[in-house]
Amino acid sequence: MMEIGLNHYLVLSTILFSIGLVGVMRRKNLLLLFFATEILLNSVNIAFAAISHFYGDLTGQMFAFFVIAIAASEVAVGLGLLIVWHKRHGNIDLDTLSTMKG
Amino acid sequence: MFEAIAFYLFAFLTIAMFFITVTTSQALYALTALAAGMIFISAFFFILGAEFLGAVQIVVYSGAVMALYAFGMMFFDTTREVKEKHGNKYIVVGLSTIAALLVVVIFAAPIVSENITALYPMVEGAGNTQEVGMVLFTKYLIPFEVAAVMLLVAMIAGIVLAGKKMDLSLTLYHTAEIDEMTKGQDKKVLS
Repeated sequence: MMEIGLNHYLVLSTILFSIGLVGVMRRKNLLLLFFATEILLNSVNIAFAAISHFYGDLTGQMFAFFVIAIAASEVAVGLGLLIVWHKRHGNIDLDTLSTMKG
Repeated sequence: MFEAIAFYLFAFLTIAMFFITVTTSQALYALTALAAGMIFISAFFFILGAEFLGAVQIVVYSGAVMALYAFGMMFFDTTREVKEKHGNKYIVVGLSTIAALLVVVIFAAPIVSENITALYPMVEGAGNTQEVGMVLFTKYLIPFEVAAVMLLVAMIAGIVLAGKKMDLSLTLYHTAEIDEMTKGQDKKVLS
């Protein structure tokens, strides 16, 4: 109980990942959907760092760095697209995002 | 002892903040709770001895990403309540639990096989930042450069997408008026 091992971090990562997945599935606003994806990426980062620490290997931290870089560029491009969409249509709801009716 | 106390404290805080982020109906509350959760996550990195990763987490997430979201939210109407999907709650919770268990299996599968050897073991006598530098600039040099190019692409895409026509408040016009306004000019201004 008092000795924190790898399993503690993996369980924490799982809990955070499921919180993010619930957010992805129940959000309709695209901005809040982005927030939920940030939670997903961060929970995986915790698992990478924990495994890197408990096995004495730096590869997990390297992957965490690249995940952070990818998250930053995803936010930049995604927010640009959201701003363009909001200028043209006035809302950023996911249900109104379909222009092809079929 | 202190590690356990810190772990449980920050685990509780992080889960609480992210729970607020996914359940609140106010976008501003979600943004602030997410920023707080990012800082609490960096505490885990410091506990785990990955100081450089913790510093990068604070600088990039709560510095750059949260500031970007805050500036982006100025464009959107964030004062009204967010509408949400009201689907079957049991399906949502069940699917997310199954997917999260899959993540655990993916991470735990190499551990069960018990033959892990460290590819890049920690160097004795070197700090975390020095170790990260040694691995990043030898083995992971090409992914590092590719990530730099990708950040450049993201920056150019952000400028092109959001930077044009900032002087006009396009939310106050209709689409036909915007089309008429840009008819004589460059066609690609708004696209």
